[in-house]
Amino acid sequence: MTAIGKVSLRDTVFQRGQSKERSKLLVFNHAVLLLLTAFAVIPLAVLTFNSLKTELEIGQNPLGPPKQIIIENFAEAWDKGDFATTMRNSVIYVVATITAELILGGLAAYALARKRPPGSDLLMLYFLVASTIPVWMYIVPLFVQMRTMKMLGTFHGLIVIYIAGNAPLTIFLLRSYMIDLPRELEDAARVDGANEFQVLTRIVLPLTKPGFLTVGLVVGLGVWNEYTLALTFVHDPNRFPVTTSFAKFVDRFDTNWALTSAGAIIILFPVMVLFLALQRQFIEGLAEGGIKT
Amino acid sequence: MMAVLTQKNPTTIFEKLNDETWRRKFVRNVVIPWIFIAPLLIVHIFVVAIPAVQGVYMSMTDWGGINPNVNFIGLENYHELLFEDQAFAKSLRNNIIWMLFFLTVPFIMALFCATQLAQIKRGGMLYRSILFIPYVLASVVTTTIWKNLLNPKQGIVAASANLLGIEGFEVAFLGRTDTALMSIAFIDNWHFWGFLMILFLAAMQAIPPVLYDAAKIDGANRWQEFRHVTLPGIRPIVLFMFMMVAIWSFLAFDYIWLITQGGPGGASEVIATQLYKNAFQRFEAGYAAAQGVVISIFAGFIILIFVTLRRRGWDI
Repeated sequence: MTAIGKVSLRDTVFQRGQSKERSKLLVFNHAVLLLLTAFAVIPLAVLTFNSLKTELEIGQNPLGPPKQIIIENFAEAWDKGDFATTMRNSVIYVVATITAELILGGLAAYALARKRPPGSDLLMLYFLVASTIPVWMYIVPLFVQMRTMKMLGTFHGLIVIYIAGNAPLTIFLLRSYMIDLPRELEDAARVDGANEFQVLTRIVLPLTKPGFLTVGLVVGLGVWNEYTLALTFVHDPNRFPVTTSFAKFVDRFDTNWALTSAGAIIILFPVMVLFLALQRQFIEGLAEGGIKT
Repeated sequence: MMAVLTQKNPTTIFEKLNDETWRRKFVRNVVIPWIFIAPLLIVHIFVVAIPAVQGVYMSMTDWGGINPNVNFIGLENYHELLFEDQAFAKSLRNNIIWMLFFLTVPFIMALFCATQLAQIKRGGMLYRSILFIPYVLASVVTTTIWKNLLNPKQGIVAASANLLGIEGFEVAFLGRTDTALMSIAFIDNWHFWGFLMILFLAAMQAIPPVLYDAAKIDGANRWQEFRHVTLPGIRPIVLFMFMMVAIWSFLAFDYIWLITQGGPGGASEVIATQLYKNAFQRFEAGYAAAQGVVISIFAGFIILIFVTLRRRGWDI
């Protein structure tokens, strides 16, 4: 009895001491994290501030918050940067790529996860090897090929490239989601007379929705932000996505920070809205997707 | 008798094709799945596989890219690239500097930050989200922000130094040969390191808390805890990301292209920017293709190192 009492007393003392130590150390943790948060946030804050100032004020006060908020920068950037056209173009690239990727990738992943036809392992190996081939290995011949097929500078040309580039990631992710599904559900549907297509659309798709959302987000963000391939394959300003168009805009208005900052905000705004709404899916999706590419 | 047997157990292709149930099974288990796979596979072969193979052939020609004049020159491009081209040697050196930067700075930041963040229960999600924001920004946005912030007159460095009364900090970090490459790496890392942090954090949170309790009972201090519990737990993802980052370092392009296009005077030139110029500005398609193959060989070599280490029993 006394022995137990002693032990528990020592335990409480030990724990109290430890919890004090803990809270003290957490102060250090928060200090470090706040510092890193400042590192992440200050550049974005400065960008936002400058997008709301006049050129004159930026000259006098390049970093602080605006004294008077000038919203006109956005209208001017929107016009001069031709954002009406390029935002529409980027939406076309993103929506078309996501749609095609999810349909084609969903079909392929379903076949690979559930049917495993002969040759499946070889195909997975193909996509694994292909996912490690740098774009620089094939960009020049691909350019020539696109030119020969008159697909250079077209919407569908770039979209096809995006679909292919994201194919390995899509297949790996969707397949891993589908492999986890219990097979009994599908068999039950088949017993009830469902055909293969119905099994896919009525059973498998609804249950793997999170996987499709993840892939959609990762692919969509990638295409929205993509620069290198758009720079290489699209040269007609009427078909520029926001990224390549904005890069030219920044070169042209190099010294006009108010205008370039407002343009940058226009590009990141849709991404930030989606990110804040779907933080968990975004972070986990990009973590999974980043590893698998 | 024979006929009955073959019908039940078809052996030749013709017999199989005549067998109704076998045919139905074949269609369901082989034909339909491959029809499902075919569209994406065909797109991928068209965009990646065929051009990749063509790239190998193109790298052995002197083709310019436009005129129909093509001569097969064997490995001459590679010889010039690896033994004569001074610009390529410099680019390669810059790629290696870039790799050394990205194999250290973001890893140290991410490991340190994830260790601090893993211990926080309340508010941890908020930190996680905010620290991840730079990763979702487009390269054109990130480079625009930092081109302004590193402006020698009104940038954050110059302004902060002014505020503190320090002089001599009006440096054009992006315009000087000795600072351009490192400054771009710094900018790219501002965008990138949060991604590594999230990966390490997820791995740390998957370590069973029992192990930490055991370490505490054994009297381990913070460093020992990190060294003997945390590090072994996250080792697979850290090593895997070491491989990926090493590969990515040889592909670096957009940040450099958007900020300096390889300048000033080739100070921030890397293989990919040089390749881009050779292919699309100087019209030396064959030579550019050879550079693409060389980049791929580097990537393959890095993968080979990791596979070999794993075969030798390293727990990667």
